[in-house]
Amino acid sequence: MLTILFDGIAYGMLLFILGCGLAVTLGLMNFINLAHGAFAMAGGYIAVWLVNRLGVAFLAALPLTFLFSAALGVIVERSLYVHVYRKSHLQQVLFTIGLVFMSVAAVDFLMGSEQQFIQLPEAFKGQFNLMGVGIGRYRLLIIAICGALTLILQFVLTATRFGSRLRAAVDDARVAQGLGINVGWVFAVTFAVGSGLAGLGGALGTELLGLDPAFPLKYLIYFLIVVAVGGTSSITGPFLAALLLGIADVAGKYYIPSVGAFVIYTIMVVVLIARPHGLFGRVTAR
Amino acid sequence: MMAAADIARPLANRARWGVLETVFWAAAIGTLFLAPSRHLILTQVAVLGLFALSLDLILGYAGILSLGHAAFFGLGAYTAGLLAAHAVTTEPLLGLVAAGAIAAVFGLLTSVLILRGSDLTRLMVTLGVALMLRELANKLDWLTGGADGLQGIVMPPLLGVFPFDIAGHVAYAYSLAVLFIMFLLARRLVNSPFGLSLRAIKANRLRCAAIGIAVDRRLIAIYTIAAGYAGIAGALLTQTTQFASLDVLGFERSADVLLVLILGGPGYLYGGLIGALVLTLVQDGLINLTARYWQFWIGLALVIIVLGGDPVRRLGASLGRAARRLSATRGSAQMVESRREAGR
Repeated sequence: MLTILFDGIAYGMLLFILGCGLAVTLGLMNFINLAHGAFAMAGGYIAVWLVNRLGVAFLAALPLTFLFSAALGVIVERSLYVHVYRKSHLQQVLFTIGLVFMSVAAVDFLMGSEQQFIQLPEAFKGQFNLMGVGIGRYRLLIIAICGALTLILQFVLTATRFGSRLRAAVDDARVAQGLGINVGWVFAVTFAVGSGLAGLGGALGTELLGLDPAFPLKYLIYFLIVVAVGGTSSITGPFLAALLLGIADVAGKYYIPSVGAFVIYTIMVVVLIARPHGLFGRVTAR
Repeated sequence: MMAAADIARPLANRARWGVLETVFWAAAIGTLFLAPSRHLILTQVAVLGLFALSLDLILGYAGILSLGHAAFFGLGAYTAGLLAAHAVTTEPLLGLVAAGAIAAVFGLLTSVLILRGSDLTRLMVTLGVALMLRELANKLDWLTGGADGLQGIVMPPLLGVFPFDIAGHVAYAYSLAVLFIMFLLARRLVNSPFGLSLRAIKANRLRCAAIGIAVDRRLIAIYTIAAGYAGIAGALLTQTTQFASLDVLGFERSADVLLVLILGGPGYLYGGLIGALVLTLVQDGLINLTARYWQFWIGLALVIIVLGGDPVRRLGASLGRAARRLSATRGSAQMVESRREAGR
């Protein structure tokens, strides 16, 4: 019981790290980025490559993965996405679906279609018993890393100058621009960090979620649920939504495997009908 | 205020058959006799075209963005497949009607979901509904065959007279006939005052509500109709291939049909048909070169369409405009004529 809760929390935190970048891009630019999972996949493959081929230590590979995905995010954002912000939602959807398809096929071509496994250090394998609760070492690591990152994100967002600029831009980009905030720059930085975190999540998630070329499509709906249920006006909303989703998914698959993923889709649809702006979102004036 | 007659005349002008339209359908019928070796692939074109036509009704006319239109397609496909596999009906046409009806009912039930919220909400809800159906079909493997697909479908002869042959001649004639009839109905629909009000809703929903158009009811109506169309397209696929698998409900299928429609251009009914023809033929040509990485080229096409606009759509749109201009000039010439008559 508690083990399931623990696994669910680890899973949820991972989903949060994977999805929080999407929440910000959606809230800030009103931009529907269905290709978010592609950055996570890129991070996952880079981590596998670094660890398995080049023999980089697992923990050292994580920051490298973050940097790589963030750089990739900046390049793609500045070269491609900037042209699409002003287009209609339909065109944004088409564009990002196109990017997903291209990334899926490209990774299939470069790395093959089989599932990738990352070589974990012995220290992170197996589980230990803590007062009758089986705790997986790797999951504990995930919770530690993701928890720390969440705290840092929350601190940056609420207590720094950049955070307040970002929040101002999310609330009303035009007014923020008028007050001298360089919204485009804020957005580029945010996009880079979001992509980096997605890549980091992809690297951490290789063991838990699996990694193959279909990754961006398989988990697209999970990212969207995190954003849809959590709303885009804060990061606590998506965080709670991700935790709920993680726990519900793990518990659902464990207790009622015959229903499987059906549970979370139903939850999402119901939440969206009842509260179109998300469970924790607030209605903005736009 | 505009009198009903003032609306009726432009609508009637718009509904008149243009030269290009006649040519298009004459060519389609011509393929029945002139290209017998291509009937298998042309059947695919007809099915995909009907599916895209269905999406055009909601996206091109009512402006509803959907990422889960495959839900209705798949529902129709499985309905037709199950009816045939369990020999409930021995007539393909009945299966077709039943599939359309069931998909339409499901459309009616889920249409409340697309009335509220933003584009993004609709996108996710439609995607969620399609994924739910796919998961359901996967889990109900005693009924649907699960991941193995629905097997053992044997199609009885059409109308009890024409057995489906291996070269697909009957299947193509059947698909083309269904497509043409459904197209005529859609054409009638979008050239009616109802169709006009849909365009108005797409342009400005708030204002429509203000001038007394029952926005929600019309959106529900068109969503239900489009769902029925998609169901019939799915049923056609099952009946002509005698197989249904989980990918009829998949995300890729929803995305593909979106691409087809965008390629041909939404909002003038022919877009889906032209897009289906272009995409299927290109795919058929390229599949031997890059079967496994076909998705990459679809993706690239989408990216290029958004970034640069696409020649096919522009061509289609200008053809559509030319056709309308042709019929419009004819219409106004007649109006001048009738006024002269009245003046005498």
